[in-house]
Amino acid sequence: MNVILVLVGFSLVVALAGLIAFFWSVRTGQYDDPYGSSVRILFDDEKPNEPGTVVPCEKEDPTNQI
Amino acid sequence: MKPGEAKKSKQMRSTKIHHIVYFCAMTKNEASVRCFHCGEDCGSNIIQFEEKPFCCSGCQTVYEILSKSNSVEYYKLGEHPGLKNNSAALGQRYDFLDNDEIKSEILDFSDNGVSRVKFFIPNIHCSSCIWLLENLHRLQPGIMNSAVHFTKKEATFTFHESGITLRGLVELLASINYAPYISLESVDKRPKKSINRGVYYRLGVAGFCFGNIMLFSFPSYLTIDDSVEHFIRQNFGILNILLGIPVAFYSGSGFFISAYKGLKKRFISIDLPIAIGILALFFRSAYEIISGSGPGFMDSLAGLLFFLLIGKWYQGLTYQALSFERDYRSYFPVAVTLISDSGQESVLPLKHLKTGMRILVRNTELVPADAILVKGEGYIDYSFVSGESDAVKKEEGQRIFAGGKQMGPAIELLIEKEVTQSRLTELWNQKQSNDTRQNNMESLIDVISRYFTVVILILAFVSGLVWWFINPSQAALVVTSILIVACPCALAMTLPFSFGGAMRVFGRNGFYVKRSSVIESLSRINTIVLDKTGTLTKTHDLDANLENLELKGDSLNLVRSLARHSTHPMSVAVYQALPNANPLPVTDFKEHTSKGTEGKVNNLHIKLGSEEFVLGSRSAGKPAGSLFVSIDGMPSGYIILKHKYRDGMREVLTALGEKYELHLLSGDNDAELPVLLEYFASPEHLNFNQGPLEKLSYVRKLKAEGKRVMMIGDGLNDAGALNESDCGISIADDVYNFSPSCDAILESRQFGKLADFLSFSKTSKRIVILSMLFSFFYNLIGLSFAISGNLTPIVSAILMPLSSVSVILLITVATYLASASAKLNIAYSV
Repeated sequence: MNVILVLVGFSLVVALAGLIAFFWSVRTGQYDDPYGSSVRILFDDEKPNEPGTVVPCEKEDPTNQI
Repeated sequence: MKPGEAKKSKQMRSTKIHHIVYFCAMTKNEASVRCFHCGEDCGSNIIQFEEKPFCCSGCQTVYEILSKSNSVEYYKLGEHPGLKNNSAALGQRYDFLDNDEIKSEILDFSDNGVSRVKFFIPNIHCSSCIWLLENLHRLQPGIMNSAVHFTKKEATFTFHESGITLRGLVELLASINYAPYISLESVDKRPKKSINRGVYYRLGVAGFCFGNIMLFSFPSYLTIDDSVEHFIRQNFGILNILLGIPVAFYSGSGFFISAYKGLKKRFISIDLPIAIGILALFFRSAYEIISGSGPGFMDSLAGLLFFLLIGKWYQGLTYQALSFERDYRSYFPVAVTLISDSGQESVLPLKHLKTGMRILVRNTELVPADAILVKGEGYIDYSFVSGESDAVKKEEGQRIFAGGKQMGPAIELLIEKEVTQSRLTELWNQKQSNDTRQNNMESLIDVISRYFTVVILILAFVSGLVWWFINPSQAALVVTSILIVACPCALAMTLPFSFGGAMRVFGRNGFYVKRSSVIESLSRINTIVLDKTGTLTKTHDLDANLENLELKGDSLNLVRSLARHSTHPMSVAVYQALPNANPLPVTDFKEHTSKGTEGKVNNLHIKLGSEEFVLGSRSAGKPAGSLFVSIDGMPSGYIILKHKYRDGMREVLTALGEKYELHLLSGDNDAELPVLLEYFASPEHLNFNQGPLEKLSYVRKLKAEGKRVMMIGDGLNDAGALNESDCGISIADDVYNFSPSCDAILESRQFGKLADFLSFSKTSKRIVILSMLFSFFYNLIGLSFAISGNLTPIVSAILMPLSSVSVILLITVATYLASASAKLNIAYSV
């Protein structure tokens, strides 16, 4: 019978980890803007110099140097 | 499609996706070419740039900026994602952002040359906007990082001061048409509206415990042999108590606090019976488990709180990007241009503005305080204050009140009163006391829960007393059972879900309410007060009356050809009203702000504009808002312009007139009385020449007569009346930009649906009553178990979730059906 208690303990720990993960996601603001997150994931990663796009000017404005 | 165009679109198809988008747009609507950037009809002046059509140079510029910085991705994410830029050139508009004091107030954080700032940007509207703003560093390497909060239409930028200044950032945003909304309010008090995440934490804890408690409670509902049962009951029971503590006292803490606050104000809210129920559930279960007399009701407790918190969360969902609490500070600029004695111009934060100072007010800038005009010609547009958009001419030495907008060349003013003491701001201070205003409406749920609680407490007491005589050991059990099943869980779910559902249906249809309880106020009003200018009439569309024009035949086309060249609403109205003919070429065309236009057509000098501009002097007796015409100096009569009534006004007013008592409050003269009289029950209900204070006291008077008043208005002149009424609705062309404080904002295009909204609010209330009856039915079943002493944990564990879920289902289906039959767009999601 005691093995049940051990398993229950394990299951509680796993569930607790889920709860902590949920707290973390709330705290980091993942539920604040559901629409924004839903589209952001669909944005393509940058593909530099894709044919057809205009290549940005190489000469940089010196005032914009960081 | 012309052969040339076909060839062109063939080329495009071969290259890139956004070309395909363009191709689709073209084939869909071959007659008109749509702007590649904003999607508006390009009309006859198409600007071709890199084989793409643009409607104006503004849209082309934005495209150019984006394509240079390798950001054409913007156009792939949605069809025509841009917005047309209607504002004039930036000029010195953002001068004030170079002022250190203002800068430090606007910036969230600044250290070591790195600054962070958060802006409200009303133009954020689609996924392309998010992409572009978050990739702004491509346009300007000084920007390190940007993040968009779509729901709030906010964007946070982190940038190197050495790479780009705050002013540069704002000007960059404005140049790609995402001008941030910077007003006195954003500087005055940083509204640190921390997002309330508490309900998420509580919900998470309740959900976690609910799941585990159910698991641990399940074995006790099965018949297992005694030794196992004892083992399980003891160990799992203790686990249940441990899990029950955070549910009852953390997740449920909101109900205790609210019940206690209510009691302190001698007020019984729905949260009181809930709080009693939670306590009864917890302590009865703990007692049963510890004494070993039963498995307890912890699963019911956790389920109850889980469902209640879902209701609370749903209720808390509101339109975050809309502001319902605006006051004059949202309209006022952050800074003014000060002119020193030596004639030097400098930027001065508005809060340092004192009487006796000289300031410069440029075209389209707002006059921030009551002042005297000392230099220049004032054409003051008081539409913020009065709702009347015709500019008023002011001569040197005349007084200009705060809130007016200069429509013409820059003027110099001498400040007479400080900002907080001006006429406009005093009007706002008139109606501060929101709590003290007479309230003719008490929330339905409050009334019901008061009787409900009293009845339940009496019932528990009487049953306990009766059982005391029958079987004293059962008395405590019966009393707690009654308190448990009486816990009005389903009842508490009714309001958030039905009014919350209605709120979302309204939102889909362009009617945004502040919170779901406004729906209840809407359903109970019986009197409607309407503003005229800007509410019943359109803000920009004018009707031209040609009766007094002394021109015939070809001469009309001279005026029409001239009017064609101006985009001013008045010219557009004249152009549309004059008979159709081929336009003639116009030379020497000139447009004078707030005065009129002139030009040469067929070698004749045509003037179209104000009486003073055309004829050189003003005469009495001509209606305001008339346009005068002269041909080669010969006066040729005038055109009367009137604001057009909104589409569907007749239907709306007729429908509303059947059910409500209608009143009209207009700031204008009574010229329109004959047109409007038919919609109102008596001429006494039509009131003209009403100032802001008169409007407010009129609404107050109606309320004193016991009427439940809804006010609909648009300008700041209605703000007092809107706030005084039981339900204030402001009507706006752009809901994100401009509206006085109110309970709900109506998109002006949806004005025709107003009667539908009101009748839907009544339907929604009927749904509430229906589902309340439904939940009372469950309570009756539960009470019959409890009073007879038969409430076992399993009955409670079935009955409680069943009642909550079925009530939510009933409401959702009923709201869905009702909105379908009311021909409102249906909201099926949050």
